[in-house]
Amino acid sequence: MKTDIILAGVGGQGILSIAAVIGEAAIASGLNIKQAEVHGMSQRGGAVHSNLRLSDLPIASDLIPQGKATLILSLEPMEALRYMPWLATTGWLVTNTTPFVNISNYPDIKEILSAIDNLPQKVALDVDEIAKSTGSAKAANMVLLGAATPFIDIPYQRFADSIVKIFTRKGQAVVDVNIAALEAGKAIAEKVLKG
Amino acid sequence: MEKLMLLGDEAIAQGAVDAGLSGVYAYPGTPSTEITEYIQNLPLAAELGIHSDWSANEKTALETAIGMSYAGKRSLVCMKHVGLNVAADPFINLAVTGINGGMVVLVADDPSMHSSQNEQDSRFFARFANIPILEPSNQQEAYDMAYAGFELSEKFKLPIMLRVTTRLAHSRAGIARKPVQPQNQYKLPDDPRQFILLPAIARRRYKMLLDLQPDIAADALTSRFNQYIDGTDTSVGIIACGIAYNYLMENYPDGCPHPVLKISHYPAPVDHINRLIDTCDRIMVLEEGFPLLEELIKGISHKGPKVHGRLDGSLPRDGELNPDLVAKSLGLPLAESMEMPEIVANRPPSMCQGCSHIDAYAALNEALKPYGSGRAFSDIGCYTLGALPPYNAISSCVDMGASITMAKGAADAGMFPAVAVIGDSTFTHSGMTGLLDAVNEKSPITIIISDNETTGMTGGQKSSGTGRLEDICKGLGVEPEHIRVFVPLKKNFDEMVSVIAEELAYKGVSVVIPRRECIQTAMRKKREEVKDLNKKSNCKQ
Repeated sequence: MKTDIILAGVGGQGILSIAAVIGEAAIASGLNIKQAEVHGMSQRGGAVHSNLRLSDLPIASDLIPQGKATLILSLEPMEALRYMPWLATTGWLVTNTTPFVNISNYPDIKEILSAIDNLPQKVALDVDEIAKSTGSAKAANMVLLGAATPFIDIPYQRFADSIVKIFTRKGQAVVDVNIAALEAGKAIAEKVLKG
Repeated sequence: MEKLMLLGDEAIAQGAVDAGLSGVYAYPGTPSTEITEYIQNLPLAAELGIHSDWSANEKTALETAIGMSYAGKRSLVCMKHVGLNVAADPFINLAVTGINGGMVVLVADDPSMHSSQNEQDSRFFARFANIPILEPSNQQEAYDMAYAGFELSEKFKLPIMLRVTTRLAHSRAGIARKPVQPQNQYKLPDDPRQFILLPAIARRRYKMLLDLQPDIAADALTSRFNQYIDGTDTSVGIIACGIAYNYLMENYPDGCPHPVLKISHYPAPVDHINRLIDTCDRIMVLEEGFPLLEELIKGISHKGPKVHGRLDGSLPRDGELNPDLVAKSLGLPLAESMEMPEIVANRPPSMCQGCSHIDAYAALNEALKPYGSGRAFSDIGCYTLGALPPYNAISSCVDMGASITMAKGAADAGMFPAVAVIGDSTFTHSGMTGLLDAVNEKSPITIIISDNETTGMTGGQKSSGTGRLEDICKGLGVEPEHIRVFVPLKKNFDEMVSVIAEELAYKGVSVVIPRRECIQTAMRKKREEVKDLNKKSNCKQ
């Protein structure tokens, strides 16, 4: 098993919280992990990404070579497109459709969404809206992760378990909201997969 | 034992703690910050009484670590590459004094300048000082080298440089730990004159350092961190230093067909290099940083072996390596990939919404309007982002503290008014001495200490002068009536502009302190308060 994931977003959006849940689930599955993160200046509202590599064999590089990512997971639609050179021709893009506009030259969102739509394998969803409808806007990251679970070769229950493990100290209500968000995201991806 | 998922930085921290560390000393700097933070947050470190408070700058950090070593204990000092420039004086001299308790100098370089002003390669500094370098290729080696580094240091009575780069520092992997060793006992140096670098003693010590060179080279040659791996295809032999070894092996999942020399312990193992040269038609050198070995092997005459790398264009001359660049240098095919759509815009970092620096810059820009632009010198920190639109507020960012001294120099050249914009943590790091220069000459400059009460850019660490900036300025001789403090908020705009305008007009040293807590640390405190409340209410249930 080998899954190479690029997590993308804007500094402060919380891509590392998604990485933490995947990482926990991967460890519980006995997989090797390497996870390159962005710290420092870019965390101040700049473009950030994380390379997350899972494998049952030893992993050499911390960075994913171009054209080798099996999955790009993005909290922001334009940021999703930034990492296209890394996406394998057989890979999937799972992205939020709500733009995060903190630059004056942000392109026309319609053009961004149509570029995403032109990809052969993608799940595009409004994670913020879905998170609100399932109980808390704060769980948007888990909606996105839920939509990615069908593309990661780890049993779904392991993701739910790691949410429980990571969020328990914040109370049962927080756990429930995040599990609901995960479920909602997964349901949407499954619908796309069924075509 | 269960593996820990640690950043390269955290692996170093855990390795040092497990090796019997007594103190870590550092000033925050990307990508080295997480080492000290990890030790600060580690219950085991607290239990063992390991010192981990931040220092005012890298020089004070290194010197304090030398003091701990003098007293017989193991000390670690951590900094980013440019921090070593600040600490260069004690660093070079430390190689001459040697150590008592084991000492590891951790330097985290930042090739590609993700968060830095240059991409200098610290291996040159260690070579300059004549000390061994350990350069891990992965996180487990980072742990193992931090663990073994103190022993190596004590073996030769020399400091050791542990060198990492951004990618390894900020990437996580599983780490297997070793047993925790006890700390050294307090014990003064056997030679009471070891640390007295009077010329007569320094000459003797320097000779000792030179005499040690063959021994540290022999030790590196047999080091388990260096490896000569045979290969059948001798058309090229590959030298892979530090993390470059991983990028190489990523391209050969079933093993590399060429002979490979993995180097993670310097001085570079010359016998292995000669063997590779004798065996192979040409040599490819993969180094994360400057072409240090490449240049040495090639030689100044270029009559040596055929060597490829960053100097002949096989690899880019600058920037960090990655698996794709390594593949290209070896003529390997790349995977099919898409282009980034042209509509994607750059998204540079920017100051946070609600940041106090934004309000300070708004007022400064307004107050400077009558004088024209190009007269605000600035410094290293979040406020450097004031160089970007829409602020376009500053004209320089060179090194820690340079805003004040550059403003003074420009004033000496006739600029009036000249302004320095510096953060509170940068001011106590390296701004205070420059302020003293300005006070001594009554230079007509205005210094804005934009005080957010933290070291912001690196994530909100303690700032050395919090609560005492006015006293420090007074102590250095700034006239109390020209030390002005206000709260940088939109609603105070008019007040801020008139205060700055008044001080700009003053023909002497004035200090203006806009003071409001960093929005990030303020929000974090709030979250922690909520968490504590939740905990308390959970307990009641």
